[in-house]
This record gives sequence, C-alpha cells and structure tokens, in this order.
Amino acid sequence: MTPLLSIEGLTVELSTGDRNFEAVSDITLAVARNEVLALVGESGSGKSMTAMAIMRLLPEPVADIVAGTILFDGIDLASASEAALRGIRGNRIGLIFQEPMTSLNPSIRVGPQVAEVLRLHKGLDAVNARRRVEQLFEQVRIPDPRRRYDDYPHQMSGGMRQRVVIALALACDPDVLIADEPTTALDVTTQAQILETFRDLQASVGAATILITHDLAVVAETADRIAVMYAGRIVEETTTEQLFASPRHPYTHGLLGSIPHVADTDATRRGDRLPEIAGTVPALWALPPGCAFEPRCPRASDRCLSERPPLAELAPGHKTACWHPVETAA
Amino acid sequence: MSTLLDVKNIAKRFTVSRGLGAKPATVHAVDDVSFTISHGETLGLVGESGCGKSTVGKMIVRLLEPDEGEVMLAGEPISHLSHRAMRPFRRKVQMVFQDPNGSLDPRQRAGDIVEEPLVVHGIGNAAERRARVENLFSRVGLRPDQMTNVPSKFSGGQRQRLAIARALALNPSLIVADEPVSALDVSIQAQVINLMSDIQREFGLAYLFVAHDLGVVQHISDRVAVMYLGRIVEIGDTSSVYLRPSHPYTHTLMDAVPRPDPARRHHRPAIARGEVPSPLNPPSGCAFHPRCPMATYICRQERPLLRRVASGAEVACHHAE
Repeated sequence: MTPLLSIEGLTVELSTGDRNFEAVSDITLAVARNEVLALVGESGSGKSMTAMAIMRLLPEPVADIVAGTILFDGIDLASASEAALRGIRGNRIGLIFQEPMTSLNPSIRVGPQVAEVLRLHKGLDAVNARRRVEQLFEQVRIPDPRRRYDDYPHQMSGGMRQRVVIALALACDPDVLIADEPTTALDVTTQAQILETFRDLQASVGAATILITHDLAVVAETADRIAVMYAGRIVEETTTEQLFASPRHPYTHGLLGSIPHVADTDATRRGDRLPEIAGTVPALWALPPGCAFEPRCPRASDRCLSERPPLAELAPGHKTACWHPVETAA
Repeated sequence: MSTLLDVKNIAKRFTVSRGLGAKPATVHAVDDVSFTISHGETLGLVGESGCGKSTVGKMIVRLLEPDEGEVMLAGEPISHLSHRAMRPFRRKVQMVFQDPNGSLDPRQRAGDIVEEPLVVHGIGNAAERRARVENLFSRVGLRPDQMTNVPSKFSGGQRQRLAIARALALNPSLIVADEPVSALDVSIQAQVINLMSDIQREFGLAYLFVAHDLGVVQHISDRVAVMYLGRIVEIGDTSSVYLRPSHPYTHTLMDAVPRPDPARRHHRPAIARGEVPSPLNPPSGCAFHPRCPMATYICRQERPLLRRVASGAEVACHHAE
C-alpha cells in the first residue's frame, strides 16, 4: 500500500518560559488509504502534539516544527503556506477532537455549521448544502436529523454533539481523518455507539485515519496498526494483532499487564496485586541521555543509561526501540 | 463478616432552575437506594455519569444529607446527627476524591495536610503526631523528607498517595473512594490500586469504590452495585454481576466496555440503542424500558423492585430470571 500521508523525522520543540525542549522527537509514520493507525501514549507522550503538528495547529510560537516533513499528496504540510493549509484542513483532512465544543461554535445551530463547511469547500448552494447535511446527520445516526438541524450544540447530549463533529469531519469526504481521543469524554455505552459509527463511516469513506488515544482497549477494537509513544518518541510499532500477542518493548509489555481490563472469566482473583510499572513519567525537559524509559525499566542495563536505542525492525513489520526487547511468546 | 455500613432507602432530590419564568424542576438524583458493606469488604458502585453514584458517596460521608432514608454506621444512625455528635463517626469514615488537587490545600505542607485530622481530633502530642505522619508517609510510599513539600511538588500519583495517607490518619473503618484513579496516567493507576489493596488488608478497611471504569471495579471489588438514573438496578457478588449479568442494563454496560482483544474487531456484541434519558423527565415504570430489548407492557407501567435471581444477585427487572 502506498501511504497517503507520510511523516518523516518530525520534531516539535516547545519553549515555555525558561525551558526549551522537544515534545515530539524524530517521529516517522505512514498511513495508507483505508487504514486506521493508532497513536497510543500517556499524557506528555507527544501523541496529541503530533496530531496538532500534522494539521499545523500547534500553539505558535510556544510550539514549533523544527525538523521533518509531513507529505500529503505531494505537499509538505510542515512547510506549506497558511493559504494552502486552509484549503486542506477540514476539507481533505478531517478532524475530530475529544471535546466536541472545541470544534463546534456554541452560538451557531449545528446544521448551518456543517452546511457552511460544504459551501466553503465544495461550493454547494444553500439548498444542496442543507440536503447533504441532513444526509450526513443520518449517516452518523442522529435520530430525527431534520429536527436536530436547528439545534444549538448545548441542546444536544455529549454523544449527539460528538456525532455532529464526526459529520463535520466527514462532510467533505476527506482523504485523511485525525481523531484525537474521540470518545474519552463519553460514557461507556455512548462510547460504544460512537466507536461503531466511527468505524463504519471510516470504512465507507476509506480515509487514512490516525486515531490518538490512551485507551489500549479502544485501540484493540478499532485500529489496524499501532504506534506506542513514550516521552516524545515512538517506542514500538506493529499491527494490532502482533502488539497484543507479543509486545516487545518493556513499556508496552508493562502497560498491557498493569491495566485491569474487564475480564470475561474469573481467572484473576480479586485483590491479586497488579503488575506495576515503577516510577513516574519523566519530565520532557529532564530526559536521561539514553533510553527515556530506563529509570522505570526492569530490563535496563548500563547501555540503556548512555545510549538511546533506535527504532529498529526486530521482526518483519514489528519495530521496537529497545536494547533488551521482551522475547516473543511464540 | 459483620455489617459496618447499612444504607437504608436513601434519597436525594435537587432543585434545578429551568430558566427565567419557568418553574424550577426537581431531580431525583438518588432514589430509594439501599445496600450494606461489611467490615473489610469492598463494594464497587458503578454507572454512567449522572446516575447518582457520587451523590450516594457524598451522603455516606455526610457531605450531603439524605432527604429520605438513613445511613447506619456500626449500628448507629448518622445521617441527621449534629456536627458535634457526628465527630466520633467522622473518624471512622473518610473520603478520597478523584482530583487530589481539589482536595489538598496548595499552600499547606504535605506533612501538615496529613497531620491536620489528628490535630482536629486532638490525638497525641506534637511528637507523637509527627511520628504517626512519618509512619503514614512511608506506608503509602512517600519519603519522609517530602513532608515539607507543598502539593505542587508532587506528581499526580504521589498526590493521590498523600490523599490516602490523610484518609488513613484517623484509622478509619471505611473509605469512600470516588474515582480515585481515573485522573491518573494509566502507568500510574496500578500503583495506586495496589496500594489501596495493601492497606485494606493491613488495616482491615472497607471501601465504597465509586468509579466508571468497570475493569478497575472488577479487579478491586467483592461485590458490585450498578446504578441507572438514581437507582440500583443490580447488586451482587462481582463474579455474578460481571460474568452472569441479569439486568439488561448491566448486560449492555458489560458488552459496551472495550476489551484489549483484537479479535473483537470482527465479532462485536450488539450495541444498546438510545441514550440515558434526562433525570428531569425519567421514563415511567422501569427507567431502562425505552432502551431495553426485553421491555413489555408491565415495564412501562410498574417500577420493578430488587429481588434475588438465579445468579445470586439482586436485580430490579420484571423479566430477569
């Protein structure tokens, strides 16, 4: 598959007050049409910063792309002009944020908000734009779309608002979809509904999709491929099946073991201690010279202290940045 | 195990304004909720936002007073005690909140935060209290030299350890923990869950563990209560509720939780329709009936009461067996 979006060596620097540090370091990624790539990490891992960089929505001048390219259809988004970006954002690249109110204007009715995008990017007239919006609302399963067209965002539930945001992101049949924690703010039954809608529509539009989340279970059920981020870098990348079957990076391995997911058997006894990852996520401005995970890693050696491990293909289609990867289960 | 906490038919109503000129409306945030917790036991309380689970927790620690019903602690009714009469019971019930930033004074030093309940209750002299605080610090995995730091010097996980140390200071029998790990990074959650399990064993603590994260609740709870629109719809042993859910809502909830299993991408259970109705205007009969695949005439007419079913759990459903 030829990638639709390919990122190479992306590095984002943050400057806050007296500190200068990299929030995203040397990220290389590619997503193909019809593919869902998940970027997984904890707060401060750089996953959202990567998404903002792709859209060139970084809070400048605090954050800035200092190296790398973001190639989309022959255009380098990292260096494209603001005018060129305006034609791409919300049109050929759709965006879904965690909090729907980030994307919606609270003082404009939801239908006209989506219609506006269609008029702007697709040149539809008022009548056709409205017709298309009603269709979109139906596709994202908003009940009674004609009536809801004239709702203000605050008149809708969180789940319905997120459906409007999905409709907005898909309005122009985007080639690329970026979803940043699209269901994190939602309750579990609403999350399941929204994820189902998201997956169905993503598949029917065929957009190359980057899903950003901290929730490994959501990823397991949604993504084709996963890149795990830690302290601004990708530490492991492979297919979803492979990552869950045999995680190689000690961080991924630790995370999968330590999170109590709902179990469908009584296998784990109540009160059993969970395997823990020791320590805390390091501050990005005080990273150790070697591997950023070294202070928390049960497998660390002297080499990890001084030398940063490169992201290397340890098995076909499975990259890991570790000097002492976890042995495969098979 | 003997009963420590006996919650009897508590209810809480809130009045909400509906805008200029409109009559204010009454929301039944919690309605006719009853359960018990034994010494050393953990009851998980789950449900989606707005179901009333946090309100239940607040009524137990007396941050709110129930409009109806009674909370009994070690056989004594405590819901309507005066501030003064409540004192001896305050020592027995402590609370840990989701956001330690909101519950820790940012200007107070960490050691003073943990010592404060001892001072308020007039326990020990200064030297004894200091020794106790040091002890608590090392027990929850903090270093005694951190006692002079203010909360902002601590990471999120450490702040939650600090909140736990303060809750432990008075040797409580029950801790109400409201979403104690949901604000923490995933790699930190296991540390705090393990700490809570360890101190439970060591101090014989009981927990009311209020959370929306069903995986965490399954791991830590002996029994689980599921709430929907202000009422308990199912309560029973953790394995009954999780592995043999009897209320259609519990079923829906369990099916909706994503699992770390890529095979589920291709075989996903059916998804519940509809949304949680507004508590301002709850459905008649069983509140779940508009979303329930099993609903019949009686479900629209009559509110089902909790009764024991085959799994051993108590379930409020006309059709559960």
